Formats: sequence, C-alpha cells, structure tokens
Amino acid sequence: MNLTATGAHSLIRALEHAGTEVIFGIPGGAILPAYDPLRDSSIRHVLMRHEQGAGHAAEGYAHATGKVGVCFATSGPGATNLVTPITDAFMDSVPLVAITGQVPRPVIGNDAFQEADITGITMPVTKHSYRVMDPDEIPVAIAEAFHIAATGRPGPVVVDIPKDVLQAPATFEWPERLDLPGYRPTTRPNTRQIRAAAGLIRSSRRPVLYVGGGVLKARAADELVRLAEAIGAPVVTTLMARGAFPDDHPLCLGMPGMHGSYAAVTAMQRADLLITLCARFDDRVTGNLASFAPDAKVIHADADPAEIGKNRAVDVPIVGDAKPVLAELAKEVLRDNSTHGSLDLSRWLDEVRSWARDNPLSYDQTDEGPIKPQFVIERFDAALRGDAIVVTGVGQHQMWASQLIRCNKPYSFISSGGLGTMGFAVPAALGAKVGRPGERVVAIDGDGCFQMTAQELATAAIEKIPFVVAIVNNEHLGMVRQWQELFYEERYSQVYLPPDVPDYVRLAEAYGAVGLRASSVDEVDTIVDKALGIDDRPCVIDFRVDPAEMCFPMIPAGASNDDIIVGPGGRRPVVSVTPGDGSDFAFGGMGEAAG
Amino acid sequence: MTHILSVLVENKPGVLARISGLFARRGFNIDSLAVGETEDPSVSRMTIVCSAEGKPLEQITKQLHKLINVLRIAELPHHDCVERELALIKVAVGAGRRAEVLEIVEIFRATVLDVDPDALVIEATGSPEKIVALEDLLRPYGIGEMARTGRIALSRGSRGLKPPSLSPVALGSAS
Repeated sequence: MNLTATGAHSLIRALEHAGTEVIFGIPGGAILPAYDPLRDSSIRHVLMRHEQGAGHAAEGYAHATGKVGVCFATSGPGATNLVTPITDAFMDSVPLVAITGQVPRPVIGNDAFQEADITGITMPVTKHSYRVMDPDEIPVAIAEAFHIAATGRPGPVVVDIPKDVLQAPATFEWPERLDLPGYRPTTRPNTRQIRAAAGLIRSSRRPVLYVGGGVLKARAADELVRLAEAIGAPVVTTLMARGAFPDDHPLCLGMPGMHGSYAAVTAMQRADLLITLCARFDDRVTGNLASFAPDAKVIHADADPAEIGKNRAVDVPIVGDAKPVLAELAKEVLRDNSTHGSLDLSRWLDEVRSWARDNPLSYDQTDEGPIKPQFVIERFDAALRGDAIVVTGVGQHQMWASQLIRCNKPYSFISSGGLGTMGFAVPAALGAKVGRPGERVVAIDGDGCFQMTAQELATAAIEKIPFVVAIVNNEHLGMVRQWQELFYEERYSQVYLPPDVPDYVRLAEAYGAVGLRASSVDEVDTIVDKALGIDDRPCVIDFRVDPAEMCFPMIPAGASNDDIIVGPGGRRPVVSVTPGDGSDFAFGGMGEAAG
Repeated sequence: MTHILSVLVENKPGVLARISGLFARRGFNIDSLAVGETEDPSVSRMTIVCSAEGKPLEQITKQLHKLINVLRIAELPHHDCVERELALIKVAVGAGRRAEVLEIVEIFRATVLDVDPDALVIEATGSPEKIVALEDLLRPYGIGEMARTGRIALSRGSRGLKPPSLSPVALGSAS
C-alpha cells in the first residue's frame, strides 16, 4: 500500500495500470481534479469538441483495436452527453469505460449545479456502473470496470467519481485479484454441446453459418475461417460482423437482413441448419420472426446466455467465448470429416451461388447522369483495395457501404448497428485512426449524419488525426425519404436538407480540414485519389449524388424475408429452378410490398 | 401465472434499483418484493413474486444473472417451498363488536398489537391466501388501513440457495 497524493492521482495511475493508452474527453468543473495529474501521465488525452464525440471516438478505438475505449466527461451535461455513445456501446457490445465527474459528496441529491444522476440514468444501458464514494476504492473500481467491460459479452461500464473524492488524500493499491462473486462468465464451451452441434452439422444438407459481431469482439476471425472451411458451408456476416469472414472467400454470401444480399437472405430462409455464431436474431436480420428460416434447426453459440432462445428457439445452445467455441467446434467437425469424409454440400452451394449470380447488387450509372451513391462507394472500394478501415454513419450510405465495400480483413468495418446512431462516423473514425494510426481510415457518411457530429473535425485537425470523410450528399435524410416514397405515397415530410447549406467544402476548410467536391461522374476517381493522398489533415469530400436513389434489396419492416424486393418498382428476384430441389419453395407477394 | 424467485444479491447500494428497473424494462410485473439481510450480512435475499404473461420466466432470470451484484437465483415452486407474508390490519371497530373481531383473530391465530376505543391493529402471518381470507372477513367491520410485507419464501428440506464461494478471480481472467 502506498500513499498517492489524491483520488485524482489514484485514478490516473489506475488507468495506467489498466493499460489505457488514450482518453477521449472534455474537462469540466467536477472532473477538473483528474486533469491535473493527467498532465504528467503517459496517457494521451484527445480533447474532443462534444462529449458524444468522446464516447463514439472511444468506441471507434475499441472496435479497431479490441481494447477497452476510455472517455472522460464532467458531471451533469458532460455526463448526459455520453448517454448516446454508452447506449450505442451497450447495443453493439463495445468494451467502453466512461469516467464521469460528479458533484461533491455532501451535495449529492441536492440538485447541485451540474448534478445529474448518471449512474441512475445509464442503469438500463450499462453492463455495470460504479459511484465511487471512497478515494481508496478508486483503483478497485477501475480494475473491475475494465475487467467487466472487456470480458464475457463486452459492454460499457460507467465510473462516476465525486469531485471531493478526486481531491481527497488517497492510498493506491492495485488489486491483484478481483472480488466479483456475481460475475463469472462462462468462457469454455461445454464439450457435450460441441459434440451435439457437430452432430447436427453432420446431418444437415443446407447449413448456413450466421455470423454476428461477437466473433469480431472476441477477435476470433481466424477461428471462423477454419470452422467455415471445415464445414464447407456458406457464411453470412451481419452488419456488425462485416469482415469477420473475407468477402472474397468462395463461401461468403455477404450481409443478410433488411438490406442484405438476396443470396444471404434466401440461404437463411432455405437453410435446414443455422450455425449461429455470436449473432442475436435481431429483427433487422430475421424480418418477421414467425416466417424466418422456417425449416432450420438452430445451433446458437454466444457469450451471453440470455441471448440464447430470446428470439428464436434453439436446438443446440453453446455458451462460451467465440475463440474456444469456434476452435473446438472446428476440431470436432474435422474429426467427423476424417472418420466419415467431408460433407457433400455441392448441390446446396450451387443453388446458393445461382441466387447470388442471378440477383447481383445493381444500379445504373450513366456517364452524364447524376452520380449514383453506390458508384462513389464502389470507386472508394476500388481505390482502397481492402487496405483501410471503413467507418460509417447510419442510413442508406451505411447499407451501401456494407454491401459494396469488400471486407476481407477483420476489425476494419466499423458501424453503429443496434442503436443506429446517426453521427457515429466522424468521431468513430477519429477513434479508429488513433487506435491504428498506421492504417488509412475512411468514413463513409451521409449529409444528415455528418451534421450531427461534424465539430470533431476540429479535434482531428488540431490533434493531427488524418482520415477521409466521404459525404454521400443526397440532399436528404435518405432512408426516411426512401420509406416515405415507398410506404407514404411519396408524401415527403421534413426530409430535405439543402445541399449547399452548409457549404461542406468551406465548412471543412473552416475546421482546418481539406474540403473537396465532386458533382459529376468523371470527377469521382480524381477526387477519391486526391483525398487518399492527404495524410496530414482530415479531408472532407462532398459527393453530390442522385437524391432519388433507393437502397435495395429491401425487406419492408415486419415483412417476411421471403418478400424481399431486389430493385426499384418492387422488382422480384430471379429464381432458376434447380431440378429436383427447391420447387417446393414459393416466393410470395413481393409486388405489393413496395406499395 | 405467478412465480416466486429467490435471489441472493450483494448487499450494496443501488442493487434494488437495478433489479426493479430490469423487471420494468423487460416487461415483467412484480407482484411483491421483499428484501433483507441473510445470515451473511454482505448478502441480501430478495423474494420476488412476479407474473410473466406470455413470456418465458427464463428470459428474466437470465437477464437477472447478468447483473454483476446478483449472486444466485432460484425459482421456488409453490409445492416445494414455505411461503409467508406478514400483514398489519387496522380495523375500525369499537367496544360493541370487538368480541366478534377477536374471535376471527383467534381463529386465524393472529395477534392484536394495539387497542383503542375505536380501533384494533391486528398482526397476521401466513400464506397470502390466509391473509386475503382474513382481510375478507374483517372488511365488514371496516378496514381503516392495511400494510403487507410481501412474500418471503424458502425451499423445503435441507437443500437451499447458497452464495457462491467468494474466492476472488485473478485480474485479466474471466473464468
């Protein structure tokens, strides 16, 4: 045991012990004492312009590195501004430790200046939270917060520390062991369940690996490739799992769900076995749950037992961390293969590939016409050749990015999935670049999203954190516009965002970033190359794109995945009938669904 | 369908709020909740009677397990546990009909805690059904006020819910 000066010193020292490299934050009255010892620390602090930006930057850092992201905010409004990123981290299982200042102990509960009950406010959206009332307990709270945030199913932890606790004399003792009797996540899978899963795989004819973001959170992408190849089954990767399995791999079908590829959606609908790996049967994947994958048995592996059976009944549940689960399942499958030979899934794969071949993603780009948003993203994909971290906002551009950016490397596609937080891209890209400074980072953003957190360009310019923001400027809250076109008889209501206000080029320049614009098709490649050549400042590109373009495929909310629309005008998929198979499968009622 | 959950929790600030909030936001109704220290003062036992219309109880127990301060959870089947509730009932009865009320008190093996010219305060312990039956019989005399503790329960026999061994985990390991 040794005396450090104050609780604030203890806090910074504890963060150093926990391995913190960087804190994204903004000081203020209640957290002020912590900023003094921070000056003498090895930890980098990135001064953000809004606490929401600090939270999303910490998330971007965590997504990109696999480490715990850390953000600081003061009490009251500083803390409440963190609520959105904390909720985002909760929904997407991002390891995040949010440290907030609190008003001094004697005035807690008195509606003091800048007082907000942040542990109470965030209780439904945190994995756990602490309000540290004893300065000597700061190291234990920090150690536990990091442990809880990073292990089991990762998630956000709030540590709220009153100002006078930071100021009080404190002893520092870093705990060797943690006393968390109520927190013992299961990490090693049950051998019998692994055996049972391998048995179901062995007897399946139309298996699909349904891969969710948990595989990336567990850094288990290598194990996934070995498992998929051992089984030889097609793989779908959800929005949160893009890159967990290489898009160029012959078994990869891309993203399932509301705007997923026809092959991915239909493979799940037709499957006789869903090998569900750290995914959670989200409504954006399943569509109408009652008609989702009606013939499929389900293996469900997850770190969180509460996800198993929550939305879909399960035949073989497996609780454990993705790495050992995938590795042991692969071992079991390979053992079966060596005894009985590999599964012959060639007919199933032929069928699935015919769906992909007959129903590719498509859009029409003319030389003279307006730039199609998909064209912008495709040109970025071509220029990046997979050698970048791509971060998105939320909406049409996000879905196009997920569809069109070929993700061949894990931990390189970062998006807000569960919460769907517009404004995520700019600060998350900043955090990702801080975490992996050697990599190129490109944010693909919408004009609506960009305006929600654009102030972090100042942070990026001042802190010399270079990344590219490609604004797919379609003059609208595009996804809302699309729904109004399809489901509200083109009665557009409050979705128009004038493309010149703000002037994105001048706005970027005002923030110390480079501003570029492309308005015609022939400019796109030049501008993309120019932007990717800038490595000392952030760069914003205003791509003026066709406002009328809609995102397809699309499954209307609440509809069955069988009712997928693959193109404008309610276009139905092309289905070649495979002789002797598939003829019992009817596609129903797609024409009407588009309204 | 009502269920009785017996939940051992760490005796720390905010635990009650975490648990009650979880029930509310996951769409489960709490019929009663009673909480107090166990034989180990660092551990409290919550007895939660809840109803889950059309939802599997399993989901709420799994979500409860995710709370860091929750140590153990057991559902106590009605047929395999003893359940008790305590009620205090103030009956607005004067000397004239007091004897009738005392007769009811006798039958229910309840106790009179306070007598006043115009009122009696009765303490009754028993199953919720017994409390309700007593309440029904006393109602004609005029119930002035009533307070119930909510149910507490323990499983029958020697088996029971014990907190996990409190051996700390090494930092950096999750198992």
